[in-house]
Amino acid sequence: MKIALCIKQVPGSTSVEIDEKTGVLKRDGVAAKINPFDLPAIECALWLKEKTGGDITAVTMGPPQSEAVIREAFMMGVDHGIMLSDRRFGGADVLATSYTLAQGLRSCGEKFDLIICGKQTTDGDTAQVGAELAEFLGIPHLNNICAVEKAEDGFLYAVSEQPLEKLRLKIKLPCLISVEKNIFEPRLPSYKLKKLTAGRKIKLLTLDDLEDKDPEHYGLNGSPTQVKRIFPPEHNTEHVFWQDGDVDAAGNFFNLLKENKYLQFLR
Amino acid sequence: MAFIKINHDKVSDAAKLVKLCPFNAIEINDAGQLSINSGCRMCKLCVKKSNGIFELAGEEKSRPRPDRNIYRDVAVLAEIDGGSLHPVSLELLGKARELAQKSNAKVLVLLPGKNAGVFADTLIEYGADAVFVYENDKLEYFLAEPFAAVMEDFIRENHVSVFLVGGTPAGRALAPRLAARFRTGLTADCTFLDVSEDGDLEQIRPAYGGNIMAHINTLYTRPQFATVRYKIFPIPEKVKNPSGKVFHRSLPEEKYASAAEIIGVFPKKRENSIEDAEIIVAAGRGIKKKEDLAMLEELAGLLGGTLASSRPLVECSWMDPRRQIGLSGRTVKPKLLIACGISGAIQFVAGMNGAEKIIAINSDPEAPIFKAAHVAICGDIYKVVPELIAKIRGEAGK
Ligand SMILES: Cc1cc2nc3c(=O)[nH]c(=O)nc-3n(C[C@H](O)[C@H](O)[C@H](O)COP(=O)(O)OP(=O)(O)OC[C@H]3O[C@@H](n4cnc5c(N)ncnc54)[C@H](O)[C@@H]3O)c2cc1C
Ligand SMILES: Nc1ncnc2c1ncn2[C@@H]1O[C@H](COP(=O)(O)O)[C@@H](O)[C@H]1O
Repeated sequence: MKIALCIKQVPGSTSVEIDEKTGVLKRDGVAAKINPFDLPAIECALWLKEKTGGDITAVTMGPPQSEAVIREAFMMGVDHGIMLSDRRFGGADVLATSYTLAQGLRSCGEKFDLIICGKQTTDGDTAQVGAELAEFLGIPHLNNICAVEKAEDGFLYAVSEQPLEKLRLKIKLPCLISVEKNIFEPRLPSYKLKKLTAGRKIKLLTLDDLEDKDPEHYGLNGSPTQVKRIFPPEHNTEHVFWQDGDVDAAGNFFNLLKENKYLQFLR
Repeated sequence: MAFIKINHDKVSDAAKLVKLCPFNAIEINDAGQLSINSGCRMCKLCVKKSNGIFELAGEEKSRPRPDRNIYRDVAVLAEIDGGSLHPVSLELLGKARELAQKSNAKVLVLLPGKNAGVFADTLIEYGADAVFVYENDKLEYFLAEPFAAVMEDFIRENHVSVFLVGGTPAGRALAPRLAARFRTGLTADCTFLDVSEDGDLEQIRPAYGGNIMAHINTLYTRPQFATVRYKIFPIPEKVKNPSGKVFHRSLPEEKYASAAEIIGVFPKKRENSIEDAEIIVAAGRGIKKKEDLAMLEELAGLLGGTLASSRPLVECSWMDPRRQIGLSGRTVKPKLLIACGISGAIQFVAGMNGAEKIIAINSDPEAPIFKAAHVAICGDIYKVVPELIAKIRGEAGK
């Protein structure tokens, strides 16, 4: 089975803060890392490959330094890598990102049976790229996959976690799945594979390598959503402050519950 | 095409300028010069904050705006979950009414399902101007293709301007498929929605794990898709004189086909979800041992409430993941939330700041939870909670 795996590089920490007075971002300089939700997706691909044979291609779209996530995937056992990198891909929202990934998968000269995405990213955090990518590829997709059982006779058997039930599904390949974080415990990158794959070539695709070369369909131009402004989250403004010891906090607390009728059902 | 121009002659502290960008798009290249990488979202924050070092250059292309006479109405996807309407559908209907009023539009509800028609009247009572019912046996459980086909049909018939979809598993699969099909924008997990008279949807959503809020527009394409999680908006009042109409629609049978087939349904044990609780006692890492949760469980029990927690207690398996409040857990909106030994990290607060009354107990006077709380109790949970329990017990025994 030929598996494509979509992985992304994200900021090492999401603890950015906006200085409320100046509006300037305060960021601690933690290096970029692989999106943690993509690690179980990698493990899922490796598990399927062990069962059914075939190979795995990791695909990422991002600036040149995001190559690091493909290298990391190599160290876990992924076979091939594709980088979609071009200044003209910059500023992409969900639609433009999915479209670029779809174009990359179509234009790379391979045909994939299964595409695996992580549940969501920690920066974009939309959990929507997978489904849009499937739509652009014209293939079915399943979200919330919490287990894969087998791939057999052109079908994948998997379990999807829904609010009230778990659904066991049989889906025709090719298809795309977005996997839950707990689907597999990801392995650690191996030092041996690191040395072995250090020289492995990663296929670089720019806009000129894609089927659709219209720059209007990519990056900021191809993004229907626009960020108008960003600002810090607001805090609640009305406060009461009780220092236990200075006041009888439990007593005050109790009176408050009573006055506000939170104890009404007590008999 | 508009782009950000860097006036290199004005740069003094490059490292500081790099930090201006929330998207890591400003970097220092190999030549030691500032450059903008492909992470740029054109939010123009750097332009605003750098006194002319970053400048907006190039023309913003003038794109045609959608015709307001064609794309007008506000639509809501109604979801049926376990044999009843998912409450998020009513919450969205309330918001849709507000948006429709402001933009002089109608509220349309799309209602697909096996025997979906039975819910049409309820939706009209809550203010739908028109309910479009698609009934088919293939719509009993959620599969993407048939539901997407129904949604496409509905959009093509009605030229929807704004489409609100619940942030449920089904909604999170459908909204992106349709947004891609119509090549339009989708804003996930909005926490605030408004509309201009021209029908442009103003969408605000948390980004970067809730550390920043982003205001997003979809100006040039329609429909403007937004997903909203359960419990973000309140369930509206019923309308006084409901006057909406019901329309039955169907698709050719082959449109209901799916490449996926459900071969087993395993109902999960029903438990009271924290989203439905009116009173929540939330436990955090201030709890030292698993056994100590009993104390908070007891408090919750006395108040007729439910115990929930922050993420660390889920990570160490003291609490069920379904009881986690927050950005990667559930959004709750109880009448009362008592936060015990919780620091108030933004990711936690994002899931509970809609609570009507928030009381926080924390031993650290600087704990950020106190910013979110209406009542801040600076003290030891191991002292305050048992004292409180004793008082409530005393009251109960009266
Ligand atoms: C992308 C992302 C998503 C996340 N999503 C979530 C989420 O959905 N939900 C979530 O909760 N977290 C989430 N987190 C984690 C979050 O950042 C915090 O780490 C977490 O909420 C902290 O939990 P806490 O307050 O219980 O623990 P801590 O931060 O360790 O705080 C414990 C608090 O207890 C107080 N305390 C200790 N002893 C006592 C005592 N005896 N009496 C009174 N007070 C005491 C301390 O002063 C401290 O303030 C997320 C993080 C990221 C990066
Ligand atoms: N730039 C990207 N390159 C490769 N894969 C991506 C990219 N962005 C998102 N994905 C994939 O889509 C999933 C969901 O991302 P998101 O919709 O951003 O939350 C991720 O877990 C990845 O599998």
